Formats: sequence, C-alpha cells, structure tokens
Amino acid sequence: MKLVFRQALQHRSAKPVLWLLCLLPFAWLVWGAANDALGANPAEYLIRATGDWTLRLLCLTLAVTPLRVMFGLPELARLRRLLGLFTYFYVVLHALCYSWLDMGFEWGEVAADIAKRPFILVGFSAFVLLTQLALTSFNRAIRWLGAKRWQWLHRLVYVVAVLAVLHFFWMRAGKSNFAEVFVYASVILALLAWRAVHSSLWRHLFSSGGFTR
Amino acid sequence: MRFNQFSKSSGSGFIHGPSGDITPQAVYAQRRDWLKHMAAGAAGLSMAAWASREALAQTPSDVVVRPGKLAPLTGAVSRVSGANTMEKITTYADASSYNNFYEFGTDKSDPAKYAHTLQIKPWTVEVEGLVKKPGRFDLDALLKLSPMEERIYRLRCVEGWSMVIPWVGYSLAELIKRVEPLGSAKYVEFITQADPKTMPGVRSRVLDWPYVEGLRMDEAMHPLTLLSFGMYGEVLPNQNGAPVRLVVPWKYGFKSAKSLVKIRFVEKQPVNSWGRSAPQEYGFYSNVNPNVNHPRWSQATERRIGEDGLFAKKRKTLMFNGYEAQVGQLYTGMDLSKLY
Repeated sequence: MKLVFRQALQHRSAKPVLWLLCLLPFAWLVWGAANDALGANPAEYLIRATGDWTLRLLCLTLAVTPLRVMFGLPELARLRRLLGLFTYFYVVLHALCYSWLDMGFEWGEVAADIAKRPFILVGFSAFVLLTQLALTSFNRAIRWLGAKRWQWLHRLVYVVAVLAVLHFFWMRAGKSNFAEVFVYASVILALLAWRAVHSSLWRHLFSSGGFTR
Repeated sequence: MRFNQFSKSSGSGFIHGPSGDITPQAVYAQRRDWLKHMAAGAAGLSMAAWASREALAQTPSDVVVRPGKLAPLTGAVSRVSGANTMEKITTYADASSYNNFYEFGTDKSDPAKYAHTLQIKPWTVEVEGLVKKPGRFDLDALLKLSPMEERIYRLRCVEGWSMVIPWVGYSLAELIKRVEPLGSAKYVEFITQADPKTMPGVRSRVLDWPYVEGLRMDEAMHPLTLLSFGMYGEVLPNQNGAPVRLVVPWKYGFKSAKSLVKIRFVEKQPVNSWGRSAPQEYGFYSNVNPNVNHPRWSQATERRIGEDGLFAKKRKTLMFNGYEAQVGQLYTGMDLSKLY
C-alpha cells in the first residue's frame, strides 16, 4: 500500500496533478464571481476565501516535512516548494482582493489602513515576509545566498505562520468567533511543536545535557 | 400596486400559498381596521403620502415585490419623516439569506439555514419595569395595537455593508404610550428569545445569552424607531427576527434586536450584549458614524449589498445613516467620538 503511494508520489504526473488541485479553489472563485454564486456579498466572500486558502496551503506546506519524516516518504520533499508557491499565489490574491474590492486601489488609503489597524499590519507583514521567500524560492537563489543563509531566511515561514494566525484571530476577535481560528492555530502549533522537538538544537541540548547544566 | 393591496382585501382576497401560510386572523383584523380607516378618510392622508412618493419615484424601489413565501402583512406608506427612502430596495433573496443572528450561528448564512426551527407560535412579549401598565402582550394583541405602516429604511451593519429593506410595523412609541412609563424610566431594555432547543447558536458561548439591547427613552420614543412584524409585504421570516423585532435605522444593525420577548423600562443605562462582550469596540449608542472607526476597520464607507458591482468603489457612509435631519437633535451637545 505504502509502496503504491510512494510510486504515485514519484510518478511524473504527481506535480501536474498537485498543480491542478491547488488551482481548483481559484477556479471555483473565478467561476463563482462570474456567475454570481458567491452569496450576497461576493467581495467579502472573495477576500475571506483567498485568506482561508492561504492559511490552508500554509498548513499543508508546513506539514510536508513532518509527514515525510514520520511516514518515511522522502518523495514528499519535491512537492514542498510547489505548495509554498501556491500559498504565495493565494496570499497575493488575498492582498489583491483587499486592495481592489475593499480599498478601490487607493494606495494612500491602503497605507493609512496598514498604519492604523494592527490586524491589517500583521497581515501585511506576513505578506511582505512571504514575498521574500517566494522571490528566493528557485534553486539558484540557494547557491547565491549560500545554503545556510537560505535556510535561515526560509525559517521565516514559522514567523509567517504565527502572524497569519494572529491576523485571523484579530479579524474574528470583534465578533467573538474563534472556532475556526482555534482549528488553524492548533494545526500550526502542532506542526511547529513537531519541529521544535526534532530540531538539531533540541537534540543537541538533550544529548549534551544542556538542560541540566 | 399599493392601492391594489388594499382593494384586494375587500374583494377576492390575496392569492394564498399552502395552508400553513394562510393569513392569520390578526392580519385580517388589521385589514378590517384599514377599511375603517379608509372609510373614515384617514386613508386620504396616507394616500397623499403614497402619491408624493409615487411622483418622485424613478426607481423600482417604489414597488415592493412580495416574494410570496410567507403570509402577507401589508402596511400603509408611512408618513413619518425619513421613513421612505427612494433608494433601490435590496432583493428579498439577499435580505433573507445574509445577516447576523448569532442565536443560529456566527456565519451570515447560518440564520437562513437554521432558523426554521424557531418556534414563533405562541409568542408573547412581556412589558415590565418602570411602567404604570405592565403586562404580557400576545402577538395578536401586538399586531392589532396600531395600524401597520410600510417603511423603507437603510440598514447599515457595523461590519461595513448595507441594505435597503421595506419593513412593516409601527412606531415603538405606540406601544410605549400604551404602557405609560413612569418618570423614572430613562432607558428601555430589549430582551430577545434564547432557547437552546430551537436556536443552536445559543448552545455556544460566543455571547452571553439572552441577547440584550437598549435605547435611551427619547430614542425609543422617536417615530423612526420601528416595532416590526414584517418585511417585503409579508410577515418576518424567522431568520430576520420573527415574529417581532426592533428596527432602529440610524444605528448599526446589531442595535435592532430580533425576536423580542421582553421590553423592560429601567432607570440606568442597560448593558447591551456586544457592549458587554467587547466594550472597546461597541458602544451603547452605536449610532452610524463615518467619523468614528471600528478598531479593526473604517466606518467611512460601506458596500450596498446586491447593488454596487464587485469592482465598484464602496459608497460613503452617511452620518446617522442618512437620518441626521430626523435624529441629530437627540444628540446635541454629546461628544459622539466618546459616546460612540
């Protein structure tokens, strides 16, 4: 069973299939907007749905390494960048929907909004950080930056994850509606906790008795 | 169109839907009252108001299209100043499928999905507190208490969207006058239905139940403050606060408490549910005010549901939701940036 799964992951159509899967939400949103199928407030629907899909893909991206290690599926590694870039794709749509549908591309107002509201500032910061990761996501960037520096830079994704959940939490705070926030926060917390436990730093501290000294 | 609604009541009657939708007796009685009013010449006045609205009419907003889903409940065109906006009326489909009613869930599509379980028969509203004549009013008594009026109000949600809705009801002042408040009654508290068996949202701890709202006495007595029993020429759908709710058009939508079960006259300013939940975000007054921002979003603009295109710029929000001429004087001398 596992063998079949691994073979599927290795198959050359694995990436194209994942591509299509990642584009499905986008296709639905475009179709829905064109056919008036997004409810009474399509602008709000688009802004929220693109934010939701950013969070979901961020969780999936962060889940790649834990799943790879836990289930012994090295093939998963080559799908990680694809998921990461689709996370960026949806956050770009999210920012675009906000600036366009909510702010009418009035950049002065957008800037004022970012400065005035912590909830927007947090979301904007996450977007800026993700942009850097997306810009340095190609192979040659690793060579240019050096593997170590590149890795440190890309650890910013953990900061992005925390900011993203905070942004979502703040958005829902005024309406005391935390059920979904709790779900995303738990998933991200679990994925970050797994990393903390498995990090070399942690192991180093343990094996050398770093805590007792 | 409107005239037909009246004349039909003396003729063949309305076209009825399924037996469950048959017009309640109270509504028939209401229509008979109407005939009496017309005979007495009172109709002349309301017809004049209707005619003036008609004369100004250029948009389809003049014609309230009855969706034909629930029992009819019609009213004469209101003569209250500001009660007949000429703006385009939001479709019934949008108005009855997109709203906040946390007793049925936190998503704006939840009320339409889950409110069918709400039990509205029998229904009584208890009036208590600092009044000479407290009492329990059953729904029929309330329906007969004063002639029904149709009022087309803008509704501005604190979340930044708005609608235009034709409500049916009468000024809350009519009920208040009947129960004769004492001089010590300074505020009116509205307590709404909170039944965990029929309202799934009440089982969650999102807010303290029951949902409570409040108005200052002069706000409650203002003719624009509506006790509403219907919309779009029919009784209220459950998801919009059946069978009786408040509509205060110059305040953010959450002030207009739904499915009322108790009206209490009190001396001290009541603590409303959202004020209790997040006092830094929702004040007691919650007047629509483009200059006082919500901490997490601007209140300067709004999106009119179903009307402004997806890529259209949002429209400017008006002070007191455009009812400044009618209600501005209630707040003379108050610092509205502090008492938001």
